[in-house]
Amino acid sequence: MLGPDITWYLAVSAMLFAIGALGVLLRRSPLIVLLSLEIMLNGGNLALIAFSRQKGEGTGQVFAIAVMAVAAAEVVVGLGLIVAMSRRRLPLDVDRLRTLRG
Amino acid sequence: MGNVLVWIVWFVAAFACLASGIAVVSLRNPFFSALALIGNLGSLAVLFLLLSAEFVAAAQVLVYAGAVMVMFLFVIAYLGGEADAPFVGRYGWQTIAAIVATAAILVEIVVAIGTVADGRLSHAAKIESSFGSPAEIGRLFLTDNLLAFEVTSIVLLAAAVGGVILGHHSRRLGEEGADARA
Repeated sequence: MLGPDITWYLAVSAMLFAIGALGVLLRRSPLIVLLSLEIMLNGGNLALIAFSRQKGEGTGQVFAIAVMAVAAAEVVVGLGLIVAMSRRRLPLDVDRLRTLRG
Repeated sequence: MGNVLVWIVWFVAAFACLASGIAVVSLRNPFFSALALIGNLGSLAVLFLLLSAEFVAAAQVLVYAGAVMVMFLFVIAYLGGEADAPFVGRYGWQTIAAIVATAAILVEIVVAIGTVADGRLSHAAKIESSFGSPAEIGRLFLTDNLLAFEVTSIVLLAAAVGGVILGHHSRRLGEEGADARA
């Protein structure tokens, strides 16, 4: 295999996942939280494809495409929720949406 | 020579990937965050190509950077200035706790992979030229992973129905709100 071995790809994947997790925990806008979630999913995808290449087994890539489909579904529902919130004049701030708080 | 070239491409793509990821998290304007995420997805597609996952790279650009991000940009444009929530929470401890938790996740991932890997990751398997091609992915989807394929279609259908119901419901509520204000 030309270029860096799988360990390097896994390092990038772990860092991407951490950056996404930081965004989810830190930012208050639900839109940015969704964008950060996409980064986390893509970090997972990179690890799946790296392992698929290392084992020489295509199933990892099939799994990555399934993750992509789930991400698309999640975006549809998430953006639908955000638009519904803005139509009901609810604040678009995850700290102030605390109706379900125990 | 080819090896050096692949290393250079890898470094550029990995750097662009991490830098645009940090930009998504740190930019104040959601519109710029979404644009940075498109860059992130594009550089990830380059990494996928280096891992000889041609079909996944193409799907990444078409589905993610194309369809999903356009939807994001439409919603950001629809919301306008409303989307600009405060950057971080009101409490300082939230920021500190978020950074500590993220560092903990990173350390955990590195330790978990490091203990399991045990030096086995350095040599990759030999692959044929058909590895990662659309034909190969299609064959895997329709033979070994048929159930996953069908379940994915059900997930997408459920999401589509959910999106329609959410939009319909919020429109009705919005009209009621308009009546109440009138």
